[in-house]
Amino acid sequence: MSMRDLAWGAIALVAVGCAAATAVETPNLGRPATPAEMSGWDISVGPDGIGLPSGSGTALKGATVYEQKCQACHAVKGGGQPNDRLVGGQGSLAGKAPVRTIGSYWPYATTVFDYVRRAMPYTQPQSLTDDEVYAVTAYLLNLNGIIGERDEMNAQTLPRVKMPNRDNFIVVDPARRR
Amino acid sequence: MDEAKRSFLKRSIALLGASGLLTSRTKGAVAAEPPDVPPWMKSPGAGLNEYGAPAKYEGKVTRTLIRSQPGTTGSGAARAPLEALDGMITPSGLHFERSHSGVPDIDPDKHRLLIHGMVKRPLIFTVDALMRYPMVSRIHFLECAGNSQFLYQPTPPSLTAGQTHGLVSCSEWTGVPLRLLLEEAGVERGAPWILAEGADAAAMSRSIPMAKAMDDAMLALFQNGERLRPENGYPVRLFLPGWEGNMSVKWLRRLKVVPAPIMTKDETSRYTDLQADGKSLMFTYPMEVKSVITRPSHGMTLKGSGLYQISGIAWSGDGTITRVEVTTDGGRTWVDAPLGTPVLPRALTRFRLPWRWDGGATVLKSRATDDTGARQPEREPFIAEHGNNAIFHCNAIQAWSVAASGEVKHVYA
Repeated sequence: MSMRDLAWGAIALVAVGCAAATAVETPNLGRPATPAEMSGWDISVGPDGIGLPSGSGTALKGATVYEQKCQACHAVKGGGQPNDRLVGGQGSLAGKAPVRTIGSYWPYATTVFDYVRRAMPYTQPQSLTDDEVYAVTAYLLNLNGIIGERDEMNAQTLPRVKMPNRDNFIVVDPARRR
Repeated sequence: MDEAKRSFLKRSIALLGASGLLTSRTKGAVAAEPPDVPPWMKSPGAGLNEYGAPAKYEGKVTRTLIRSQPGTTGSGAARAPLEALDGMITPSGLHFERSHSGVPDIDPDKHRLLIHGMVKRPLIFTVDALMRYPMVSRIHFLECAGNSQFLYQPTPPSLTAGQTHGLVSCSEWTGVPLRLLLEEAGVERGAPWILAEGADAAAMSRSIPMAKAMDDAMLALFQNGERLRPENGYPVRLFLPGWEGNMSVKWLRRLKVVPAPIMTKDETSRYTDLQADGKSLMFTYPMEVKSVITRPSHGMTLKGSGLYQISGIAWSGDGTITRVEVTTDGGRTWVDAPLGTPVLPRALTRFRLPWRWDGGATVLKSRATDDTGARQPEREPFIAEHGNNAIFHCNAIQAWSVAASGEVKHVYA
């Protein structure tokens, strides 16, 4: 071993020593999560469709689910009142009174599935079956004129739906405006 | 006189005193004026108690509840009464609250935090386990992205400082640096995002850039020295200093390391900022530099000309407040207001300035600058740039008019 190697070795040892001195020791108290535990809790669905479950639904089937579970708060055909309007408003965003709905504003169809499954109906979240969520999602997309009433929404078709306002979002982070 | 009668008489006199009915020797003066001995010195005070509460005379100092969604009670916001507070810390009971589907009643023994996704070791933590991790304490503000949104309205709303700007509060937060738990789980090299999800009925969720998670993100367990209040995320919340409040996901139950943002409802249909041209800004994370005069402010009445102290708060999600300027003549001249110490990054900073009111009508404003050089804009150019419909991230200058009568009002000026 040459003097140069020894010198590099000494530098490396010093570096390791520093790292050990500044690193915070942690107690490792997490227990391993099993695949069943993770799949039971993992309800997030990305725009690429990752996380979408099996199952399917059409607007025709979704109309019934909507009338039973959603209409009391969101009105007939997503017209809104007492709560958020879900349909219409396309072309209004640059005007004085923009109407933000799934059809006019939401950039991804997968978000409708994700949000309805995790949070709706408001008083009974996570109570709908995956087929019901697909069907209601299809119904809301159909009411907004984005898909046909017989178009089947499933893990393959839903991520391929192009939302009308998709290209009107400007990602700001991390290079913030000042 | 027996003991019971004597005790009754004492209580009656005390009650009369408290209600101001006890006559004083000086006509028109209240009972506590000298030379009378005030009634609360004539008998022992109340006993000790296990958990203190504000003085009963301060009962009007409360959060303002601004509508929950129709048919709900827990889907809305409650604003801190900024005009009644001073200093840099917000009492936990008055810290603003914003919930998307009510405040869950979580048994800490049954709560679990799952870390999974692009990690080498998916892990589940109990709250007890988290309590054994190395902790840090940091004083930071938390601000809802929708704070000050009423300034987007074409006409100035008749609202107090707390009602317009009370979706900001400041606490000492104590908890575990998120980085420590992510290192235990072994995040895959280059994994860029984390989905954070709450255990409320909305399973409220946001995608967080890994750089923030590894930088100053914290799993907060304590607020102002005690365990988190239920409405602020008990038993554990994510805390992201300086960033819009909803990203500091409350009641944290799941962190999933993912290759791209999940595009949840609250980062697409909400908390995106619609501009006048119909385009929307997305992922506008840090809360911009801002300030507001809390005293005097809308709803107060000055009692005659003379010396007053202007008091207010300034903050920036991008760093530290370096300067607050105040105008007392509607913007003709600005003077630097001294900053109360400590001045901390991403914390409320108190400014105070003596002001001699000449009794004439005028307008008061404050504008803050942070250490990135960013300065709070006037409302008019701000609206010209962003339009009236962005809802979120309004940091325009707030103006209060003072009438000759002393009445202080919210104005655009």
